[in-house]
Amino acid sequence: MSVVDIKDLQISFATDAGTVTAVHDVTLAVQAGEVLAIVGESGSGKTVTARSILGLLPETARVRGAVVLSSKDGTDEHDVVPLSGAKLREVRGQDAAMVFQEPSTSLNPVYPIGWQIAEGLRAHGKYTKKEARAKAIDVLRRVGIPDPEHRVDHYPHQFSGGQKQRIVIAQALALDPGVIIADEPTTALDVTVQAEILELLRRCRDDFGAAIVLITHNMGVVADLADRVAVMYQGRIVEQADVRTLFSAPKDPYTQQLLAAVPRLGQGVERTRERATRRAAGWERAAPVVEATDLRIVYPGRMRRPDFVAVDGVSFSIRPGEVLGLVGESGSGKTTIGRAIAGLTKVSDGSLAVLGTEMNGMKERTFRPVRERIGFVFQDPASSFNPLLTIADAVAEPLVVHKRAKDPRAARPRVDELLEAVQLPKAFGDRYPHELSGGQRQRASLARALALQPELLIADEPTSALDVSVQARVLELFAELQRELGFAALFISHDLAVVDLLADRIAVLYRGELVEEGTGAEVLGAPKHPYTQRLLASLPVPDPDEQARRRTHWDALRAAD
Amino acid sequence: MTTTTTERTGSSADPAGTPDPAPRLRRKGSGGLGSYLLVRFLLIFPTIFILVTTVFFLMRATGDPITAALGGRLPADQLAERVREAGYDRPLFTQYLEYLGNLVQGDFGTTLSDRRPVLEVLTTFGIATLELTVYALIVAFIVGIPLGMLAAYSRDRFPDAVLRVFAILCYATPVFFTGLLLKLVFASGLGWLPVAGRASTGTEIELQFLENPTGFYLIDAFQTGDWDVISDVLEHAVLPALALGLLTAGIFLRLVRTNMIGTLGTGYVEAARSRGVAESRLLRKHAYRPALIPIITVIGLQIAILLVGAVLTETTFEWKGLGFQLAEYLQARDFVAVQGIVVLLAVIVAVTNFIVDIIAALIDPRVRY
Amino acid sequence: MATVTSVPTAAGPGSEPTAAPRRRRSWRRLPVVHQLRQSVGLQRGMLVAGLVLVGVFLLTALFAPLLAPYEYAQLRDADGLFGAQQPPSGDHLLGTTVGGYDVLSRVIWGSRTALYVIVVGVLLSIVAGVLLGLVSGYFGGWLDRVLVVIADAVYAFPALLLAIIVAIVISGGQSSLWGGILAAAISIVVVFIPQYFRVVRAETVRIKAEAFVESARVIGASNRRIMLRHVLRNATRTLPLILTLNASEAILTLAGLGFLGFGIQPTAAAEWGYDLQQSLPDVTSGIWWTSLFPGLAIVLVVLGLTLVGESLNDLADPRLRTRRRVADQEPAEEGEVAAVPGGALTRGAAGVGGLGVTVAGERPGDPAPAGATGAEPADGQGAGPDVTGQDGGGTRS
Repeated sequence: MSVVDIKDLQISFATDAGTVTAVHDVTLAVQAGEVLAIVGESGSGKTVTARSILGLLPETARVRGAVVLSSKDGTDEHDVVPLSGAKLREVRGQDAAMVFQEPSTSLNPVYPIGWQIAEGLRAHGKYTKKEARAKAIDVLRRVGIPDPEHRVDHYPHQFSGGQKQRIVIAQALALDPGVIIADEPTTALDVTVQAEILELLRRCRDDFGAAIVLITHNMGVVADLADRVAVMYQGRIVEQADVRTLFSAPKDPYTQQLLAAVPRLGQGVERTRERATRRAAGWERAAPVVEATDLRIVYPGRMRRPDFVAVDGVSFSIRPGEVLGLVGESGSGKTTIGRAIAGLTKVSDGSLAVLGTEMNGMKERTFRPVRERIGFVFQDPASSFNPLLTIADAVAEPLVVHKRAKDPRAARPRVDELLEAVQLPKAFGDRYPHELSGGQRQRASLARALALQPELLIADEPTSALDVSVQARVLELFAELQRELGFAALFISHDLAVVDLLADRIAVLYRGELVEEGTGAEVLGAPKHPYTQRLLASLPVPDPDEQARRRTHWDALRAAD
Repeated sequence: MTTTTTERTGSSADPAGTPDPAPRLRRKGSGGLGSYLLVRFLLIFPTIFILVTTVFFLMRATGDPITAALGGRLPADQLAERVREAGYDRPLFTQYLEYLGNLVQGDFGTTLSDRRPVLEVLTTFGIATLELTVYALIVAFIVGIPLGMLAAYSRDRFPDAVLRVFAILCYATPVFFTGLLLKLVFASGLGWLPVAGRASTGTEIELQFLENPTGFYLIDAFQTGDWDVISDVLEHAVLPALALGLLTAGIFLRLVRTNMIGTLGTGYVEAARSRGVAESRLLRKHAYRPALIPIITVIGLQIAILLVGAVLTETTFEWKGLGFQLAEYLQARDFVAVQGIVVLLAVIVAVTNFIVDIIAALIDPRVRY
Repeated sequence: MATVTSVPTAAGPGSEPTAAPRRRRSWRRLPVVHQLRQSVGLQRGMLVAGLVLVGVFLLTALFAPLLAPYEYAQLRDADGLFGAQQPPSGDHLLGTTVGGYDVLSRVIWGSRTALYVIVVGVLLSIVAGVLLGLVSGYFGGWLDRVLVVIADAVYAFPALLLAIIVAIVISGGQSSLWGGILAAAISIVVVFIPQYFRVVRAETVRIKAEAFVESARVIGASNRRIMLRHVLRNATRTLPLILTLNASEAILTLAGLGFLGFGIQPTAAAEWGYDLQQSLPDVTSGIWWTSLFPGLAIVLVVLGLTLVGESLNDLADPRLRTRRRVADQEPAEEGEVAAVPGGALTRGAAGVGGLGVTVAGERPGDPAPAGATGAEPADGQGAGPDVTGQDGGGTRS
């Protein structure tokens, strides 16, 4: 029995530039109790499709086709497309419920969570305050919120990110819907938390009997949770298959390309070995470009609040031409270390030598000449370029600042060279940043960072805001340039697979402390620290069978905790 | 937005998700509230100090108040005598220190024209201004907030367009012109309402004879229990309250609209919608309460506008309050009185801002817990 | 964001032919022109109406000598005295005032005075406010703290009261044309400097943390270069709209001063507020023309300026821009957001308002209540309603 039946769905939006069709002729069915993953990159129309199931589209959307939603007991059927007003509200939450990407924004900050759960109940029937509260406590317990009797009166800001997502799922489960639509439910979360939320979603299916429509761009998540997969590309479904078939024998070229672009653990070992063979003898004895000893960085607490220790007693070194991958979850201090090396954050204690300059107590004046030898690639492609300068002007900036060129125009030949090196057409130099896509901007960012041929490059999550296929190309480019130019690099990422791909050595940070360091083979092959083990086990891999094994392992690890 | 920021604030520094961060957050929160209140309270003093100092030196930059008031009307030697008597011939800084000392003791000076302590002027006329402000705020709340919600709800459609133009007209029109128009139409034109004043002469006299008059005419009118008196007071209040109230209502309308549109577009309203919560309830409950916090903060900043509006409205309607009095003293070139009233008004603004900030902070559960 | 690079994205700036001359693009990026092109429907209507009103005002002010039938201080013509409080007639289309001046002429000449005040007041305050805000916000430290406290104190001060005091200081309360204009303008300057200061400082503080400024720091650019090349222009993107709103406040302050008797004497220049004050007793006796027209003049000019300002504000704020734009196809949307990284007053819940409502939902100078700032309704808005073509797919925010 299908709970959702989408037929010939077409969704278009009225814009100034005419009508833009976001979804073309999508036909899709969700069976009761199954997990259907809709996979695609930005702009593929997957979110729009999923939202149409609940009629949650903006007023400018024009929807054609049918979206038939059945109630959980199968007694009732509605085509959502023509529904509006009270009829539509009746279906929402009751027959299908939604879990959003960002748990922190999908909870109302000024109401207790119990009230918010009760709101959904109240919209679909008569509950006394007491009943609603009891129901809220019950559902909170079932999603694994400890001490629900007490916590039901708490406000969202009193919960951690993972717990917030549990509460959002609880809200969805409260009305016992036939299908839960989960829109990137784990994208905003750290990997270790992601694993737990995925586990909870699995229980939504197993214990609550809800079907799940999982919208995601993460193939690892798909492999972990999905029974069936629909791949969307530019508003169309290009392939539908059960999860094993899709991963083992993708038919559509786009699916193949997408799967090939996903970084996998273990791919890096070969590359690392190859790089190692090309190194000159005595390489290990060269003076390191970066050497941290008992590095400690503290953000002073304001207004009598305690200080926040971002980095605590970390020691590592980066030798010339070496790529150190720094891995950690949010709050681990990885970005702070990168910023400290670039002189953007003060060192509180210990020593950090960058290209021979001690950063503890560094004076900007003395460090400025050193800056010439450091490049930096920022995480967010949207904000890393001055919106008022053209790309060429921005890339010329380091050349002009360090007097290699008189003005941006004089620097243009070199800029063109650089753009070419990062595989951007020269003409892109005349464009403004907003006229480039995220991937193009990150490449331009790389060009700017390399303009002065630095000895050290710091890349802070350079690909985390990009789609998988774009990420693959940027990473490839990075590796290529590193090979050619031979700079040392600190590559910061939350994604183990990405780091593994590029780094000679990997350092794992956990709450400001460096818990493990070694080559990719050592850290990923035989992790010693429990956190590394947990981190590694939490990372879903894009292979359903392998992932099932890993999940068992993860369960065991968790049980041992 | 970026992970960088999150990492730096360390607020989401709890990667595992399972450990209960609540006790830590709660402690941090309440400590934060305590010190916030303290800092915010202490901030009143430099604010007032800066204002007092600025006003003092500005006012004295051109000379002493006696010369300003009487210059040209008295022979030079008499004038000099008066100036010396009042101590205005001493070094400016000495006068400044004395002035500060007096202020601390609650002495805001004595008016030149009618020789009354400024503080007394405040207590006599302040209550009238308070009455006008209360009426205006009632009008503003009744008109501004529901209409703002309506505008946000019907965003970009016809009612919204009309309401926005209405709001802009409300605060684009100088309050005294609104007053003049209202007078033209409803007082001298249609003759429905009185032209000016807080009450007719008969009523004023009747109110004078109360045992303990508050000065708040409406309350006093109720004390008399005489329906004619009450309606007389109310009739006089309608036009000034509307003039000042509409100005404020326009600001409230815009404020509520903007913030409601903000919260109506948030994830949590969308999430509530996805669970079938009715639109009207989304508006009244889910979107309104979070919008309230910034609204209240900004309303605090409107106090200054309200006071200026009151000054102008009182002049327009001969409403004998602080503003009316201020205009009188200005005409009389009594700058001691002007300085006193201005400083007092500034203190009122600073204190009200503080109170409003505290209210806003207390409403926010993120601060409370 | 654009999808796989191998497949070109749909129409939009991203795929604009590179042959497009840059010059054309640059005039389109001019403040008001850019917004006008960007606007739709009701918002465009409001913006156009505002621009028309402002245009009429400017033309009237410029051509006042040609348009006005009489001088502003003219009491008689060849036929003798005009007479006081004459109702509208062929000779005096809008009647005469209690002082015996021609109402129409004074209304027209009044636009000149208003324009002078706007120009002098806004220009002076903008220069000082922007400079102070930029330096204070960029370097921070104790100077910043002191300036913020002062600016906040002055900001909280009722503008008109401050203007009264400054007027007293400058002219002792009596006014020639330039004395009056300067008094009004300087009082406005004193009130406005803190506003510009606050806005520019807040923007500077925000932009300072943007990746592109950090990138300039990493490159090793000097503070001067960063401030001038990267921060200044980005921090002042919102100025056109603050400017229009402050211009309207300038007019209201001038009128308020005039109304309280601190305006410009009728023989020195025409001033609407003064005329309104003079007409106050007329109203009681039912004489409407002396008050109605100068009042309408104020309302229309302020209305025009406010409409322009509010439209600019709405267009700059992705939350407030008419939904049609939000539903736009992704490259454009992304482009707008990126082009105005903070140009939009996204943080401020209220944005910039008229009559000194300039403060957004938060006051930058204040110590933030613990944990409260991070959760303003404005937060997450950028990523909020991208239900449409913008899948929000790979973006970790």
